[in-house]
Amino acid sequence: MSTETRPVDRVTDDAPPRRTVAARGAGRTFVWMVLPAFVLFFVFHTAPVLQGVFFSFTDSPGYGEWASVGFSNYAALLGDERVRHAYLFTAQFAIVATILTNVIALAVAVALNGRIRFKTALRGIYFIPNVLAILVIGYVFQYLFTFSIPAMAQALGVERLSTSILADESLAWVAIVVLAVWQGTAFSIILYLAGLQTVPPELYEAASLDGASSWQRFTRITFPMIASFFTINMVLSLKGYLQVFDHIWALTAGGPGTATESVALLIYRGGFQGGEYGYQLANAVVFMIVIIAFALFQLRVLQRREVSA
Amino acid sequence: MSAPAPRTVEPSVAAPPRPGGGLPPDRPDVPGTSSRRRAGRRSPNHEERPNWWLTGLMVFLALSVFVPLYFAVVTALKTPDQLTGAGFDLPTTVRWENFADAWRLTDFPRSAMNSAVITVGTVVLTLLTNSMVAYAIARNMHRRAFKGLFYYFISALFVPFPILMLPVAKQTALMGLDNQVGLIILYTVYGLSFNVFVFVAYINSIPRELEEAATMDGASTWTTFWKVIFPLLAPMNATVGILTCLWAWNDFLLPLVIVSDPRAATLPLQQYVFQGQFSTNYPVAFASYLMAMIPLLLVYVIAQRWVISGVTRGAIK
Repeated sequence: MSTETRPVDRVTDDAPPRRTVAARGAGRTFVWMVLPAFVLFFVFHTAPVLQGVFFSFTDSPGYGEWASVGFSNYAALLGDERVRHAYLFTAQFAIVATILTNVIALAVAVALNGRIRFKTALRGIYFIPNVLAILVIGYVFQYLFTFSIPAMAQALGVERLSTSILADESLAWVAIVVLAVWQGTAFSIILYLAGLQTVPPELYEAASLDGASSWQRFTRITFPMIASFFTINMVLSLKGYLQVFDHIWALTAGGPGTATESVALLIYRGGFQGGEYGYQLANAVVFMIVIIAFALFQLRVLQRREVSA
Repeated sequence: MSAPAPRTVEPSVAAPPRPGGGLPPDRPDVPGTSSRRRAGRRSPNHEERPNWWLTGLMVFLALSVFVPLYFAVVTALKTPDQLTGAGFDLPTTVRWENFADAWRLTDFPRSAMNSAVITVGTVVLTLLTNSMVAYAIARNMHRRAFKGLFYYFISALFVPFPILMLPVAKQTALMGLDNQVGLIILYTVYGLSFNVFVFVAYINSIPRELEEAATMDGASTWTTFWKVIFPLLAPMNATVGILTCLWAWNDFLLPLVIVSDPRAATLPLQQYVFQGQFSTNYPVAFASYLMAMIPLLLVYVIAQRWVISGVTRGAIK
């Protein structure tokens, strides 16, 4: 980085003192290149966020009159059982799905990078779920969980699965994890494969000369070499899964009851349909803080691992 | 929570290589000569026996990808009375009319057209604008305003969509952008965070001498960008284009909150809207799902290698 930017600085440091017409013109062109983007980004991203934060301190139902209520929305959130449940459910789902996605994706990527045949074809196949809309393939899964799996379980005499797990308060979340992992692994596999390609084969040669086992080569060479990819994948997966929406919408719509209601789903429902605009915006502000905290925590822990590994 | 994660990773990752444990490990007999090293780089298949056990396992696992797709196909071809049991059997009589019914019921041409217009519009606009913004930022990182802008865009990666979805829905409705045009603008703007990040990394690796030569020849900054830099960005344009395409085509939440006119519905949104009308006619519903998934799936099958290498490139940058 630094070696790259230094000459850059020198070139332009030379320019300002002379202030040639051309240099000033180029500078102005660069400003025009970014200005519209900045304005649009502010209007469609930052402004809504600021509005969100502002209205989180009001009792606005999303239309008509509103009054400032200070922190009372935030205080009410603390005692709200439905909100608490949504956070616990979302965290549980996201953590389990993140771990499963990364374990499976890493295993598949290592295998795909190994001495196997049909590599290209298999790689292409494993990516397919990522090409499909979660909502649409989710409807297919919903049918499978509702009818096919119970039918198979009945035929095999498995009592526990003979009714739809989507209707089971304590098991419905498993179905959501299955869909999320099935769909999400695809992208992680490609990221891990990209990481594996950056490992110089010379390292393995040296290791095999020293008589290292496959397992040792994985823990001592492969994993440390792709640690940064592991970090990125874990952060991306968790951030995505914490915002889970489509999966649940397709499978359970938050049910049975509110057993599988995620935070994003609750904000959508309460905010758009429940007349809780201000209240759910307070929820969304808390949610944003939670997501940032999760990401920073993960980055710190995983990067410390990267260094020590 | 993340602390136990790596430990769980290890045992299960060990599993795939272990079946080959009886065989010599990867590149076992490489003495380390330079020629061997080069040959063994990306094409170990030519010199080493493939691990058939592992290949078999990977093929078997790949079937899990096809299970829901196979199921969708056979169900879409059945009559409702054939829907008994697990439903994995082939249809006894094939009812192609399911597709015609779904086509008419969900007004497939319109929603497919909406999805296509939104996706193509977003991809084109994203490539043209986001790369230009990234170029201006990358070449002016020494200026505080541009550096600030860079971090301003990047920091938005950490802002979850739920916090802006309620206000932005109201805002776009007020501005008359609760339609296809609004979606194209929103996707293009929201893509900036990630795209600027990868474009800047890529532009930093392009030597400045090219631009300097162009400037010497009297080219303006605009001309330099479009004639010199933009063509050089082709590989990154492919990556960003692919990811943007997948996102815009498959996204559900943004159209759900933004689009108010049913005639502007995208394919995924349309599947949701028609859930009630499919009621229990699952074959028609599944025909509709298939039609919603097939266009992008076909594009993927045709451009598969290109897509994978594009995504891989994005990851390494």
